[in-house]
Amino acid sequence: MVRLIARRLALGVLTILLVSGIIFVGVEVLPGDSCTAYLGRMAQGKRLDNCRRDFGLERPALTRYGEWALGAVRGDFGVSLKRKTPISETVGTRFRNTIILGVTASIIGVPLAILLGIIAALWRDRPVDLWVSTTAIFAMTIPEFVSSTVLILIFSIWLGWLPGIVTTPHDAPLLEFLSDIILPIVALALVMTAHILRMVRTSVIDVMASDYIQMAQLKGVPYWQMVFKHVLPNAMLPTINLVALTIAWLLGGTVVIEVVFNYPGLGRLMLQAIFFRDLAMVQAIALILATLYVGLNLFADLLTLVANPRLRTMRT
Amino acid sequence: MTTMSNTDFVKRRTAFSTLLTVLSAMASRPSGLVGLILVAFHIVLAIVSPVIAPYDFRELSAQIILNEPSSEHWFGTDNLGRDVFTRTMLGGRQALLVTTISTILAISWGGLLGVLLGLVGGWLDELLMRLVDAFLCLPWILVLLLIVVMVGSGPAVLIPTLGFFYGIPVIRMARAATHDVVALDFVTAARARGEARSTIVRRELLPNVLDVLLVEGAMRWSWMLLAFSSLSFLGFGVAPPTPDWGLMISNARSFMSFAPWAALAPVVALSSLIIGINLSADALAKVLGIDRAQKAPV
Repeated sequence: MVRLIARRLALGVLTILLVSGIIFVGVEVLPGDSCTAYLGRMAQGKRLDNCRRDFGLERPALTRYGEWALGAVRGDFGVSLKRKTPISETVGTRFRNTIILGVTASIIGVPLAILLGIIAALWRDRPVDLWVSTTAIFAMTIPEFVSSTVLILIFSIWLGWLPGIVTTPHDAPLLEFLSDIILPIVALALVMTAHILRMVRTSVIDVMASDYIQMAQLKGVPYWQMVFKHVLPNAMLPTINLVALTIAWLLGGTVVIEVVFNYPGLGRLMLQAIFFRDLAMVQAIALILATLYVGLNLFADLLTLVANPRLRTMRT
Repeated sequence: MTTMSNTDFVKRRTAFSTLLTVLSAMASRPSGLVGLILVAFHIVLAIVSPVIAPYDFRELSAQIILNEPSSEHWFGTDNLGRDVFTRTMLGGRQALLVTTISTILAISWGGLLGVLLGLVGGWLDELLMRLVDAFLCLPWILVLLLIVVMVGSGPAVLIPTLGFFYGIPVIRMARAATHDVVALDFVTAARARGEARSTIVRRELLPNVLDVLLVEGAMRWSWMLLAFSSLSFLGFGVAPPTPDWGLMISNARSFMSFAPWAALAPVVALSSLIIGINLSADALAKVLGIDRAQKAPV
């Protein structure tokens, strides 16, 4: 058990190391560096040399990578060329805002998805399942910018109930976000619910078809007792990982929702950074999002380990 | 020579009739039928729309800015007086072209590499799979945006980029599918006969993982459309004045409160295509007996 956990942890760290390498190499390989991006068309001759010297870009790539990676571990991502301020300062509140969005959407979306997924599976191919499953396909496949646009059209333009865009400044206290944040949360929760619901449904159906459930049925175990004691615990285990992956994946994609609602989160900051070719900022955000992804994944792995008695007692 | 071409002919015929069988099996499910009709409709429309579009998509007019839908302009006009119906008809062409080619690219290289890794195994497999895992941790939209901003937009950049990045998760799928096949008797037999690895891949493994790859491809196609239209929505996909649904929606958002038709037409068009692809993919998976629902979207 301890060895298993240690292995997972080591694998997670290795993955983050690899990701940081990919991010760094990727930015190196693309044409142009921070200075040509910053100086734009004036980037030539002496100005370019000076800028490169100021930011230490003329040193070997490996040295710069080492410096960057070591700084990142301590939470220091360097200085944004565009804003002339430390990146960690700018990123802080935006990161908080994206996390608020993600956590609230998960608090609503995950339980709802599990409930609906179980209902759809237990009443498989009945009208309730057809409705739930079809709606899920719609919610899952329609791009976020489309569903967000439709949400704004209905709830803020036609009905006038909620604000269509966020006007609160990015570093405002939490409570001021409440009314602004409802539509973005609904938009994100919609996609999240749809994805997770389908996984839960499949998982429950798989377990219902397994031998030991048929055995329980043959033995005459009461239906609901069977569902709660045998089906659900076994069906939930494999979904933990998928749920974490989905949430992490959606967080990487919140940029669209954040742009539509003008929400001051990490995604929109990333878009601005890319637009201004602020490469140091892009690297930092990419690393943060990737670490979040690995972290969530790791958390799900450990949760599965703890929740699964078969893995808990396994010796490797 | 003649016998050679005869067997080729037979092979082609069986492939074609298999395709027909699969398609008709898909169409026998109501959701599959709807999906196939939607996809076919959009593909046909993309091909014939330049001929049948009622107006020029660039035609500006100051007199008919933001007109409501009427008998002349079925879906109304936008803020520059352009016909929304025409632009909606043409708005899927770039997206369909780019995503179709990229999907084929992604499935080909990802599928081939995955099958090879599944067969060979060992340290190379271990190393590459770690890299695949690392790549999958990156937020896809950031990678795409960064490349588009640094290298430039347009199909010449987007097709290889989408094809490369969306092939990475395919490696994993194909590898897992190969692992299911590689231990079976006929592969062992081929190995015992002393067949070359390339022959084993081509004649024993690829035909057996093709089902998985096809379903995976149909799914990737819809994710790719989502990525492409998100890019255009953010202003990094298609250059104006070329009509594109994502771009049209982003443009129409600013006057959505008094001219919702300019946003609704591309919303319906894009949604119907993506839903069509997904319904078809679902039906294909059920027909081929592959369960595709329980999977994370990465």
